[in-house]
Amino acid sequence: MANTAAVAEETGKRGLWDGGQSPFRASYGKLMMWFFLLSDAFTFSSLLIAYGLIRYSYPAYEGSVSDFTFSQEYWPIPEKVFEAVPFLHGIELPLVFVGIMTFILIMSSVTMVLAVEAGHRMDKLAVEKWMLWTILGGITFLGCQAWEWGHFIHGSEQGGMMADGSIFYGANLTMNQYGPPLFADLFFFITGFHGFHVFSGVFLNVLIFYNVVVGTYQRRGHYEMVEKVGLYWHFVDLVWVFVFTFFYLV
Amino acid sequence: MAQVDQSVQQQDAGKEHRQLIWKTFWILLGVTALEFLVAFTIPHEFKVLRISIFVAMTIVKAFYIVSEFMHLRYEVKMLVWSIMIPLIFVVWLVIALLVEGAAIFSIRVF
Repeated sequence: MANTAAVAEETGKRGLWDGGQSPFRASYGKLMMWFFLLSDAFTFSSLLIAYGLIRYSYPAYEGSVSDFTFSQEYWPIPEKVFEAVPFLHGIELPLVFVGIMTFILIMSSVTMVLAVEAGHRMDKLAVEKWMLWTILGGITFLGCQAWEWGHFIHGSEQGGMMADGSIFYGANLTMNQYGPPLFADLFFFITGFHGFHVFSGVFLNVLIFYNVVVGTYQRRGHYEMVEKVGLYWHFVDLVWVFVFTFFYLV
Repeated sequence: MAQVDQSVQQQDAGKEHRQLIWKTFWILLGVTALEFLVAFTIPHEFKVLRISIFVAMTIVKAFYIVSEFMHLRYEVKMLVWSIMIPLIFVVWLVIALLVEGAAIFSIRVF
């Protein structure tokens, strides 16, 4: 009796930082994933805030939205730029396609967290199933983004007038039919950097999926690797939430 | 017998967790749908109102993704603060660079 009391007292006194345990109650790998994501959050913030700075330093379009035309003079209204949907050529559907992409990415985030949950129950089959759905969602998102880039680069039929009076179609890093060249540059950099993260995420997911299938984590006794790669995948989704708001909506 | 009970219990606990995941999904979807509604119903003339709603909804979505999907809500407080406090720098950069952007606009020659 006295002995158990002494033990209780000892454990009671031992604080989180007194050694013998992880003060964060998280493994090294998971902790480092969190700090990596924090640094990545800074990178993406810098890109998006740079967008804010540049947009703020350009004049905004003043007239009514229905009369909007592309011009080098002012920053474009995003929903007028992104209004095309595959197979529906010539129909104005502002933000519909990017809405679909957002849905796909949120959905794949859900399947990822379901894979993590299945891992807690050591349910190998369920982890396989949900990881596969996540990978599929990631690939679909990348496909959508490839289409959107293609459309953005090729441009609309009307094109846009450049400063010298010539008509230019589409956009590259120095010329842009939709507005100031920097608008296109930021589009390529921000969605490109995010797309590259999605691509890396799909790659990591495939790697982890392979390990799940061959039973590595079942033998190890836990599915923490699925959790870690899940953190990364949710972060990619989180960044998209911000890109969606600040690039497409505002 | 005890083992069977435990596995049943574990299944139940998992079920609750799954329900929470789907609930979070519906919240995220609902907020996104609301953003679309705002984008097409509130005219562009109410710029400040539109932007404030968009930013507020983005923060709501970010909160649910980070706290539920990334499980941060259930971590040790010290870990939560280690991640959240450094983000103050982001707030600072937003303010600093927007002021800078306005200054560039005011001295720019078109």
